[in-house]
Amino acid sequence: MSAAAGHDAADSMRITLKVWRQEGPDRRGRMETYRLADVSPDMSFLEMLDVLNERLIAEGDDPVAFDHDCREGICGACSLVIDGQAHGPEALTTVCQLHMRRYSDGDTIHVEPWRANAFPVVKDLVVDRSAFDRIMAAGGFVATHAGAAQDANAILVPKPEADRAMDAAACIGCGACVAACPNASAMLFVAAKVAHLAQLPQGAPERERRALSMVHAMDAEGFGNCTNHFECMAACPKGISVENIARMNREFLRAALFERPTATAAEGG
Amino acid sequence: MSAALSPPTARLDAKCPGGPIEERWDKHRFDLKLVNPANKRKFHALVVGTGLAGASAAASLAELGYRVTVFCIQDSPRRAHSIAAQGGINAAKNYPNDGDSIYRLFYDTVKGGDFRARESNVYRLAQVSNHIIDQCVALGVPFAREYGGVLANRSFGGAQVSRTFYARGQTGQQLLLGAYSALMRHVGSGRVQLCARREMLDVVVVDGVARGVVCRNLVSGAYERYAGDAVLLCTGGYGNVFYLSTNAKACNVTAAWRAHKRGAFFANPCFTQIHPTCIPVSGAYQSKLTLMSESLRNDGRVWVPKQKDDARPPSAIPDEERDYFLERRYPSFGNLVPRDVASRAAKERCDAGYGVGRTKLAVYLDFRDALRRDGSAAIREKYGNLLQMYAKITAEDPYQVPMRIYPAVHYTMGGLWVDYNLESTLPGLFVLGEANFSDHGANRLGASALMQGLADGFFIVPYTLGGHFAGRKLAPVSADQKEFVASEQAARARTERILAVGGARTVDSFHRELGRTMWDLCGMARNAAGLAKAKTHVRALRAEFWENVRVPADGARLNQNLEHAGRVADFLEFAELMIDDATQRTESCGGHFREESQTDDGEARRDDEHFSFAAAWEHRGDGQPAALHKEPLTFEYVKPSQRSYQ
Ligand SMILES: Cc1cc2nc3c(=O)[nH]c(=O)nc-3n(C[C@H](O)[C@H](O)[C@H](O)COP(=O)(O)OP(=O)(O)OC[C@H]3O[C@@H](n4cnc5c(N)ncnc54)[C@H](O)[C@@H]3O)c2cc1C
Ligand code: FES
Repeated sequence: MSAAAGHDAADSMRITLKVWRQEGPDRRGRMETYRLADVSPDMSFLEMLDVLNERLIAEGDDPVAFDHDCREGICGACSLVIDGQAHGPEALTTVCQLHMRRYSDGDTIHVEPWRANAFPVVKDLVVDRSAFDRIMAAGGFVATHAGAAQDANAILVPKPEADRAMDAAACIGCGACVAACPNASAMLFVAAKVAHLAQLPQGAPERERRALSMVHAMDAEGFGNCTNHFECMAACPKGISVENIARMNREFLRAALFERPTATAAEGG
Repeated sequence: MSAALSPPTARLDAKCPGGPIEERWDKHRFDLKLVNPANKRKFHALVVGTGLAGASAAASLAELGYRVTVFCIQDSPRRAHSIAAQGGINAAKNYPNDGDSIYRLFYDTVKGGDFRARESNVYRLAQVSNHIIDQCVALGVPFAREYGGVLANRSFGGAQVSRTFYARGQTGQQLLLGAYSALMRHVGSGRVQLCARREMLDVVVVDGVARGVVCRNLVSGAYERYAGDAVLLCTGGYGNVFYLSTNAKACNVTAAWRAHKRGAFFANPCFTQIHPTCIPVSGAYQSKLTLMSESLRNDGRVWVPKQKDDARPPSAIPDEERDYFLERRYPSFGNLVPRDVASRAAKERCDAGYGVGRTKLAVYLDFRDALRRDGSAAIREKYGNLLQMYAKITAEDPYQVPMRIYPAVHYTMGGLWVDYNLESTLPGLFVLGEANFSDHGANRLGASALMQGLADGFFIVPYTLGGHFAGRKLAPVSADQKEFVASEQAARARTERILAVGGARTVDSFHRELGRTMWDLCGMARNAAGLAKAKTHVRALRAEFWENVRVPADGARLNQNLEHAGRVADFLEFAELMIDDATQRTESCGGHFREESQTDDGEARRDDEHFSFAAAWEHRGDGQPAALHKEPLTFEYVKPSQRSYQ
């Protein structure tokens, strides 16, 4: 990192992009090559795609579709596999926070969508991640409602536990864990939510039901099994730990052991 | 003034209850008609938007037993712009025992808003603030805690009490995930139908009441009609009219603007908030600006060199050659002056030629003294996340060199006019969260937007909507009715018109030019000549848009450029109303600084005699000037005073 104030962005780079283009879910996709002559090291990766798209539109071509919104690493919308890595080469960084200074003049970069059966391609680099929402609807909540809550400080949560819950709750739901997993498993995503709520007193009453319903929903969506590759943790831009998976397995086992018929009946909250 | 004036109409009845302010909400809730529990299922609410306001409203209404359909632009409701809020959420809990109270939060909010908000609404907001924290904790929001297990608080945005609750630097994320989980629970239970990747393009009005919406399915391109008994707009703010802002890219004015054209008055559109501490623009490709939480001003000192065009690196500039201009101008508040004041002071220095960095549009925010005093470990503990984000974006190490910051558009206080029930001038259309104009007057205090969104959704609209359902005779409605067909046709025709232009200029280039004009002429400081120029420019740009825009022609599937085009087309219309509003308000107040109205030492001068009103604009047809209606503001409790931070 340079310590100089007012860095110079005058230097520009030539970058070759190989981008996955696919017109729709039922069309065949292919890699297309684009050459960019004037990439500033200060651009974000998505800004570079913006520049490409401006050019494609001007030339009468179809711009590359990709999901994005906050562009500051928190909404979880952006979702690109760059040179085989979900969110690209930088650890703990979503692709919207990746900057072109990471690359050098003359580089070739491959850009693809998340690949998983449970995340079908919508168009180009955009995939359908609604499976995550359905898993959440199955149990990723505390069943309470406005008006019912007691005073917030009536529930004491020791700081270390609150911190651990927050570590798990930091998941942005981007799906990089699925994209990185050789089995396209959603274990890290589900585990993060189960672990977040299981560590708080508020989550305790529904512990069993939550673990069972979310895991069942995950299986129903067609995500693969976890076989302990831990690629998910390496790809996770928020550093969600695989310890959460161990915790979820414990939660699931505990729930399955104590499963009573009523516990799984889909009362739905 | 160019806009036609018409006398205030009966439609601008704010419906505030009378009596002592602390009893008004209770009294009002009692006076509202209730819906029989057995009948609730028969009523259907259409909730547009799933940020804090929309998600909390949808979840609460479903919980009460209403049928709910919710819409959002993103692929998942969890990605609404609320997710990006960093700093925290206020409440009058007074857990730190440091003198806070509901009354003080009310007082601070009215004063912070520069006396341009309605007292009754603000008091209610302060009243329900405490329930929000209770509710969020119950939902499992992992707020920061003390070692003993109680909730932690911090002071924020210059408040003199510690009333801000937070979850690291991700408070918005954690609150939204809480509200989202409550929403998803009812998607699971079947009470809520979720329609993601939908953009609302019109409100359908039947017999003078909002009874439905028309959406474009962003994946298939299909137009869809939805009928119901009320429409709730929770569609966020319009900061992206400036192109560069701290808002997420999809933030827009489309939903609010289309509703405005159907009869909802737009209030105070010129009230926008410029946040002082953002990472400066680095190049022409810049797509958005990143906020650096204002908590940094607790320890960082803001300065520029005393000498113009000083080329030395900051570390080589000795203290006596630095101008700590906030400390100089505002000795008692120093670096902690409110947002609008800090922003203008930075702009003033840069305009005068003292800016730093390559673009000269930046000032230093320097941690040198705090690092010396507290050590880098302590600073990292407090601000590590932010400083790391800064380093990532700029490739500069803030532990070694001062950060460069500049103000950026952040929030919009203006929005659709609503009464005490959060109902707009279009009956049956309720507006929540940043999309309405209600509580922040001319300037919003830090950590108060999250509070307002959740107040509206969890604790206000669940009551007031019942009043609408029970109090009005709502005839059965079907999405096949002619009004729905006509709305769909209008929305479709507009999209097709955009696709048919086939010009030479990209949507983005129009948006950038609009943003630049608004920033230069209707941004941090405004004057009559500049506003007139802006108006001419915006009109010309709009005309060019409809003749020369180029959108890749495929409306029948995912077409992000087409979505953007529709939003920019609306911004191009809306911008003119913003300019009209800024022109009409010849006083300075809050975020609205009219250069003609300042004191000798350059501070804002408010004009209560002439401008103690909310400006509510009525659409009178395309190409027609909007009509201004004034809702007078009276202050029974907080006596208006000039803000002074010196
Ligand atoms: C970087 C940043 C930091 C902030 N930090 C704080 C903070 O610390 N404390 C604080 O109090 N406030 C903060 N704010 C302000 C606060 O985050 C917002 O004001 C608030 O979250 C807005 O919530 P909302 O529910 O009104 O709208 P949003 O969260 O903006 O949600 C809008 C919703 O409407 C949907 N929508 C919009 N248009 C349409 C359409 N046409 N059709 C269908 N759906 C549509 C969107 O998809 C989305 O779901 C911050 C803002 C920014 C930009
Ligand atoms: S765009 Fe929001 S996380 Fe990348």
